[in-house]
Amino acid sequence: MLLLTDIQKAYSEPDGTRLPILQIAQFHVDRGEQMLLVGRSGSGKTTLLHVIAGISKPDSGIVKIAGRDITQLSEAVRDRFRADKMGYVFQTFNLLPAFSALENVLLGMAFTRNAADVDRARDLLKRVGLEHRLSHRPAALSVGEQQRVAVARALANKPQLLLADEPTANVDAGHQQQIVDLIRETCREEDVALVMVTHTAEIRSQFDRVDELSDINQVDH
Amino acid sequence: MSLWKIAWRSIQQRSLSSFLTGLSIALGTALVIIVLVVYGVVAQSFREAAQGYHLILGAKGGKLQLTLNTVFHLSQPIENVPYSFFKEFTEYKDANGKPTRGKYASAVEVAVPYCLGDSYQEFRVVGTTPDLFDKLSYGSFADGRPKFYEFSSGKNFTVDDFRGAVIGAVAAKKTGLKVGDRFPITHGLAEDEDAHVHEEDAFHVVGILDPTGTPNDRAVFVNMEGFYLIADHAKPVELEPKSAEQQEYKEQLVRLQAVDAMIERLLANGKLEPGEADEVKKVESLLKEMRDTFDAKTSDDQYQATAGTTLDPGKQDAEGKIVPLPENQREVTAVLLLLKNDVFSQILHNKVNEGSVAQAVYPSREVAQLFEGVVGHVQTILLVLAILVVVVAGVGVMVSMYNSMSDRHREIGIMRALGAGRVTVMTIVLLEAILLAVIGGAVGVILGHSAIGAFASVIADNTGVMIHFLEPAPAADFGGWRVSPELVLIPALILLAILVGFLPALVAYRTDVSRALSQSP
Ligand SMILES: Nc1ncnc2c1ncn2[C@@H]1O[C@H](COP(=O)(O)OP(=O)(O)OP(=O)(O)O)[C@@H](O)[C@H]1O
Ligand SMILES: [Mg+2]
Repeated sequence: MLLLTDIQKAYSEPDGTRLPILQIAQFHVDRGEQMLLVGRSGSGKTTLLHVIAGISKPDSGIVKIAGRDITQLSEAVRDRFRADKMGYVFQTFNLLPAFSALENVLLGMAFTRNAADVDRARDLLKRVGLEHRLSHRPAALSVGEQQRVAVARALANKPQLLLADEPTANVDAGHQQQIVDLIRETCREEDVALVMVTHTAEIRSQFDRVDELSDINQVDH
Repeated sequence: MSLWKIAWRSIQQRSLSSFLTGLSIALGTALVIIVLVVYGVVAQSFREAAQGYHLILGAKGGKLQLTLNTVFHLSQPIENVPYSFFKEFTEYKDANGKPTRGKYASAVEVAVPYCLGDSYQEFRVVGTTPDLFDKLSYGSFADGRPKFYEFSSGKNFTVDDFRGAVIGAVAAKKTGLKVGDRFPITHGLAEDEDAHVHEEDAFHVVGILDPTGTPNDRAVFVNMEGFYLIADHAKPVELEPKSAEQQEYKEQLVRLQAVDAMIERLLANGKLEPGEADEVKKVESLLKEMRDTFDAKTSDDQYQATAGTTLDPGKQDAEGKIVPLPENQREVTAVLLLLKNDVFSQILHNKVNEGSVAQAVYPSREVAQLFEGVVGHVQTILLVLAILVVVVAGVGVMVSMYNSMSDRHREIGIMRALGAGRVTVMTIVLLEAILLAVIGGAVGVILGHSAIGAFASVIADNTGVMIHFLEPAPAADFGGWRVSPELVLIPALILLAILVGFLPALVAYRTDVSRALSQSP
C-alpha cells in the first residue's frame, strides 16, 4: 500500500547550509493497516507525513502509494492523486471557517472528478455523531466536534490512506479516546490504512504497531 | 461543490470588505451608466436637433452662429436678409395677384422663414409660418419613419391668424402658458438691458407642442405676420427715387454736394480769393433751393412705393382683415429649406454662397462639428473619469483581496491538502474577483438606471429630452459592432476583475503548502 524507499529530505537554512531532516531507508504500511508514529518534537514526523501526502517532495527516494511512485508524477497529477487516494487530518484548524460542517465534508470531494455525494457526506457526519450539526459553521462547534468533522472530511473521498497528525492534541483528555476510536473504527470499516502521529501515552498502548521515528530515520536530532 | 460556490463562500467570509469593495464597483458602474445613458441620449437629441430639412439660409457671417440661432435658439441674433431673398425659394402672388415662382422654388419642397430677436420670459420667440409644424419633420424613428410635430393640446396656428402662437413643450411647462392664454413678447432678448415688452401686441396661444427632445421644446413660435406688425419690427424704408425726374434731381444733388464739399475745403485752407467767396455764397443758396425741391418731391408719396394698399399695416381693412406689413419693410433672419431632392442641396448651397446676399449652411454638418468639437469631448472626459472611478474601485478590490491573502494562507493550504491544484486555488481567487465585479456591476447598472429614472422628469422638464428608466445607452461602435456600451460593460468588468484578481490569485498559486499547513492561523 505505502512504501518509502531511500527517502532524503533536508531544509535549507537561511545561511545556505542544508539541514537534513529525514533519511529513511525503508518504511512500509500494508493495506488497511493501522500504525502509530511517535517521536520527539521537531524530529520530522510532520515532514514525513507531508512527503507521504506529496505536499512536499523528498530530495530523493521513492514514495510508492497503491503501486505508483508519486515523486514521478507532475504536480497537478499528484494533487489529483492526493484528492483521490488520501485523507489528511491536522492537529487544529482543519476546517474552512466560511463553510458549514456539511460543506466542509463536501469540500473533501470537491477536487476530484467524482461528483459530490451529499448522502455520503451526511452519512459520515452521522457516523461521527454530528447529524444535528450539519449546517453549523466551525466557529459554532467545539474543538472536539471540529476534529470529528475533519475525520469525516478526510474519509469523504473513500481514500486508501488516512494521515492523522496529532488529531487529539488540542482535545481534552475525555474526548481524545473518543476521537481516536472514531478514526480507527471508520478506517477499519472502510478498509483504510492509517498512519497516525501522537504524543499521548495511553493511545500508544492500543496500537499493534508503533514506530519510533528515530529508529527508522538515520538523521540524528 | 463548485469553485463558484467556494469563491462565494470566501466573499461571505469577508462580508464587510466584500460589501465595501463591491459597493465601490457598483457606484463606479452607476456613474458610467449615468454618463453613458444621459450623455448618449442628449447627444442623440443633439444630433437630431437639425433634422427634417436640408439647408439653413441666413445673412452672411458665422455659420455656427446661424446654426445656434436657428437650431438651438442660442447666441446673439445675426443680421437679417431681405424678404425678397426668401421669396426666391417660394411660390407667391406678385403685385398683380399673378402666381409667380421664385428663382429656386422648383427645387424647394418647403421654405420656412424664421424671424428672430424677441423673447418671452427666458424663451426665444420665432416668427414663422405654419409650414414649420405642418410640413417639416423633426428627426426620424428607428425604422426610418419621420417624426412629425404633434400637439399635446390645441393645434397649429393658421396663416390668417396673425396673433396665433404655438409653444414648445418645455417653454409651456415653464411659463405655464395654456391654449387661449394671451402673452406679450419682449423686444430683444430677456437678458438685454434695452429689452422692452410689447404689451400692446399680445399673441394668443393656439397650440402646445408635444415634447420632441429637440431645442424647439424651448421656444415660442408666433405667426410671422403678427411678428412683423409689432412696433420696431418694420425695416425703415430707404427712399428710392421713383421717377426719372427724381432720379435726375438726385444725381445733380450728389454732384453739387461734391462741389460744395470741395469749396468748403478750399475756404478752410485759405486758398480762395475774396471775390470768389461771393460766387460760393451764390452756389450755396442754389444748393439749398435744389435740396428743398427734391425733399418736397419725394416726401409726398413714400408709402405708395409698394403697389396695393394705402392702409396702415396692422389696421383692419374694409373687409375686416388686418393689413400685413408691406414686403419692402420685411426681413427674415433665416430660412429653413426642405428640398425636393437631396441632390439639390449641394447646388443651392453653392449658389447661395456665391451670391452676395446670404449664406447657406448644412445644419447637420454644423451640428456634427459642434458636437465633435465641444460636446463630444465633454462626453469623453466624463466617460474617462467615470471609467477611472471603476478602475480605482477595481484597484480597491485588488488591495483588499491581496491583504486578505495572508489570512488565507492556511485555507489555501487545507484546500491543497484536500487535493486542490495550484491552478484550482488560483481560479477560486479569480472567480472571487469576478463575482465581486459582476455583482457590483449589476447593482451599479440597477443603481444607475434608478437614478436616471428618478431624475428623468427633471431632465425632461428642463431639456425636453425624455429618458426612460430602462433605456439602455445608445449603441456605439466597437470595432464594427454596433452595440449599447452597457452590454460591453459586463465583459469589461470581468476583464477588470481578472486583471485586479491576478495578483492575489498569483499569491494563492505560489502558496507553499507545507509551510502554510505548519502555521497556525
Ligand atoms: N519549511 C521548513 N523550512 C525549514 N525548516 C523546517 C520547515 N518545516 C519544518 N522545518 C524543520 O524541520 C524539523 C522537523 O519539523 P517537523 O514539523 O516535521 O517536526 P515534528 O516532528 O512534526 O514536530 P512536532 O512534534 O513539534 O510537530 C524542525 O526542526 C523544523 O524546524
Ligand atoms: Mg508536527
